[in-house]
Amino acid sequence: MSDLFLSALASGLMLGGFYAAVTLGLTLAFGYLNVVNIAHPAFVLLGSYAVYGVNARWGVDPVLAGAGLAPLFFVLGVAVYSLYQASFEAREDESLRGLAFFFGLMFLIEVGLILSYGVDYRLVSAPYIGPTVALGAVLLPTRMLVPFLVALAMVWALQLYLARTFTGRAIRAVAQDQQALRLVAADPVRIKRLAFGIAIATACIAGALLVVIGPVEPSMGRAYIGRVFAIVVLGGMGSAGGTLLAALVLGLAESITSTYYGPSWSPAVAFGFLLFALAVRPAGLLGR
Amino acid sequence: MPKLVSNRRRSGRWARAALGAVMLMLGAAVPAGAAEPIRIGFGMALTGALAGAGKAALIAIQIWAEDVNAAGGLLGRKVELVYYDDQTNASKVPGIYTKLINVDRVDLIVSGYGSAVIAPAIPIAMNYDMVFMSLFGLATNDDFGYDRYFQILPAGPEPRIAWSKGFFDLALSLDPKPRTVALVGADAEFPRNAMIGARVNAERAGLKVVYDRSYPPTTVDFTPVIRSIQAENPDVVYVASYPPDSAGIVRAVSELGLNAALFGGGMVGLQYASFEEALGPLLNGIVNYDFWVPEPTLKFPGIEAFLAKYQAVAADAGVDPLGYYLPPFAYANMQILGDAVEAVGKIDQDALADYIRSHEFETVVGNIRFGPGGEWQKGRILMVQFQGLKDNSLEQFTRPGTRVVLLPEDWRSGKLITPFAKARP
Repeated sequence: MSDLFLSALASGLMLGGFYAAVTLGLTLAFGYLNVVNIAHPAFVLLGSYAVYGVNARWGVDPVLAGAGLAPLFFVLGVAVYSLYQASFEAREDESLRGLAFFFGLMFLIEVGLILSYGVDYRLVSAPYIGPTVALGAVLLPTRMLVPFLVALAMVWALQLYLARTFTGRAIRAVAQDQQALRLVAADPVRIKRLAFGIAIATACIAGALLVVIGPVEPSMGRAYIGRVFAIVVLGGMGSAGGTLLAALVLGLAESITSTYYGPSWSPAVAFGFLLFALAVRPAGLLGR
Repeated sequence: MPKLVSNRRRSGRWARAALGAVMLMLGAAVPAGAAEPIRIGFGMALTGALAGAGKAALIAIQIWAEDVNAAGGLLGRKVELVYYDDQTNASKVPGIYTKLINVDRVDLIVSGYGSAVIAPAIPIAMNYDMVFMSLFGLATNDDFGYDRYFQILPAGPEPRIAWSKGFFDLALSLDPKPRTVALVGADAEFPRNAMIGARVNAERAGLKVVYDRSYPPTTVDFTPVIRSIQAENPDVVYVASYPPDSAGIVRAVSELGLNAALFGGGMVGLQYASFEEALGPLLNGIVNYDFWVPEPTLKFPGIEAFLAKYQAVAADAGVDPLGYYLPPFAYANMQILGDAVEAVGKIDQDALADYIRSHEFETVVGNIRFGPGGEWQKGRILMVQFQGLKDNSLEQFTRPGTRVVLLPEDWRSGKLITPFAKARP
């Protein structure tokens, strides 16, 4: 296999891993809870800026800052979901109005960031932004490698949590049958609040990875909306492993197309693949 | 209720008399029409991809308005700015300018920042026959040929070609002569125009194009792009990119290395203070376009005073703290409009257009005379090489010697370091 192909493969996998990190929260919110959180990328940006603020002020490593701030974002997620729950779900009004709620939230976050940080692009500094690691003839920028490894850790941790802990299994249950869940003495609303909190906490860490990879500005989240929903759907709506697989597929499609046919074609190929995959397997790659 | 009515009846006569007296006094004190401000309308990128420079441009325009008003206004009337955020989004522009002209009833219009928002405004300006001073659009009038369009970008005649001509002239001056070139740019209006010109210049320079691709502006990782470019081993690499991609490409090149003799060309964003500070020494060796740098050969009258005023405001406003790139030209753009209005003596789009077309103006970025198509009669796109950057301080960019002017000859302030890798520690 040529060096160029191996490099493209490596880039695609690392990019895909990063996409998985960004999408993970939406897998929980949309895949498991059916909450159309279109503001998810905006929360990721919020995480990016929070991490930037901490990094610029106190020189804290971005990934550590992201992990450190995640509990705050968890609380934010719980608060947002409680509001959403009381206003829309309790009144059985989720679909369109709930979407409008998250749309509004997205704009609020964007404008809030503009007012607080201005519109200039922001970058962070870290010792792993810049160097490369050589794997044979393939050069891997650590700027992409570190987010990839963190993303894998996130997916693995979430998968473990959903499979092994009571609340994790309750989250999977709440997506299937809320009534049955009540019968095993778990409050569905409390579980959903927990899940959404975790979703927003992962957005914080994903934001840290985003700002490590490249510069951020407040309206950047919009470019990710299409990608993240596509990955959740392709992955099978509620499967952390499926999300990772779908994200890797998307990343690989983008990278290989970019290397051999020209970057212009990457989005077309990536989404074309999504359409094809859904046509062949409507439930998604690892869907229920 | 009845009380109010009876009060009114009682004081009615006095009220009417008082009102009449006041109106008489007002009528005598205000000469007809002279206190009406001159309203200048525009859209500006205050959010979105180009907002960093757009907000800086707005500050420069506001400084101009303050300067003019402090000196008595234009034609004795105060200048008032009416502007809206175009969000760096072309689809917002027609609505904004139609509103400015029909609803806000502005006297004059100027453009927002960037090719993407200038092009959609030109047909509106044409429809209303208005003079259109434009702020940094590359070849945006080429398809319209509007004779009241004027561009402050110092591209000169044939802007698409002039844009990269300096870069290819430098390529030809290399020894040994380069044979191959790679062209890469974003899928957007400005880079598209830049690439068209680069292809012409590459052909004229006798270089073989071994890579010619564009990428979606939302591309996250540029490692595959740089790898496929390096796989072709080009001698020269020309890039036409926007701020986030410029940073991504500079990072990818630093990580993977590039064996080219000459790299850069049309990368927007490397002139912004925030990127210069963040990328620092990663910029060494890149040869890029610029319009004004603090080199000794470019000390135009008024520029330092303007920059001092700008920098005082910018520090608190969260915009580019140095303001070398767009603000001086945004200011000069308004200077030309203001001088024309004063010279012509009235707001007459016909007369203003004729005046601007046929006179030379003194501005903070030098003397400007417009030629065919509204472009500068003589272009002044600087080819600048980043040299000797040591760290991530902003201060090093305020000193001469870090951005050395290589072309045009008249403003040269140093020598080219080649190959590209030699300038990098």
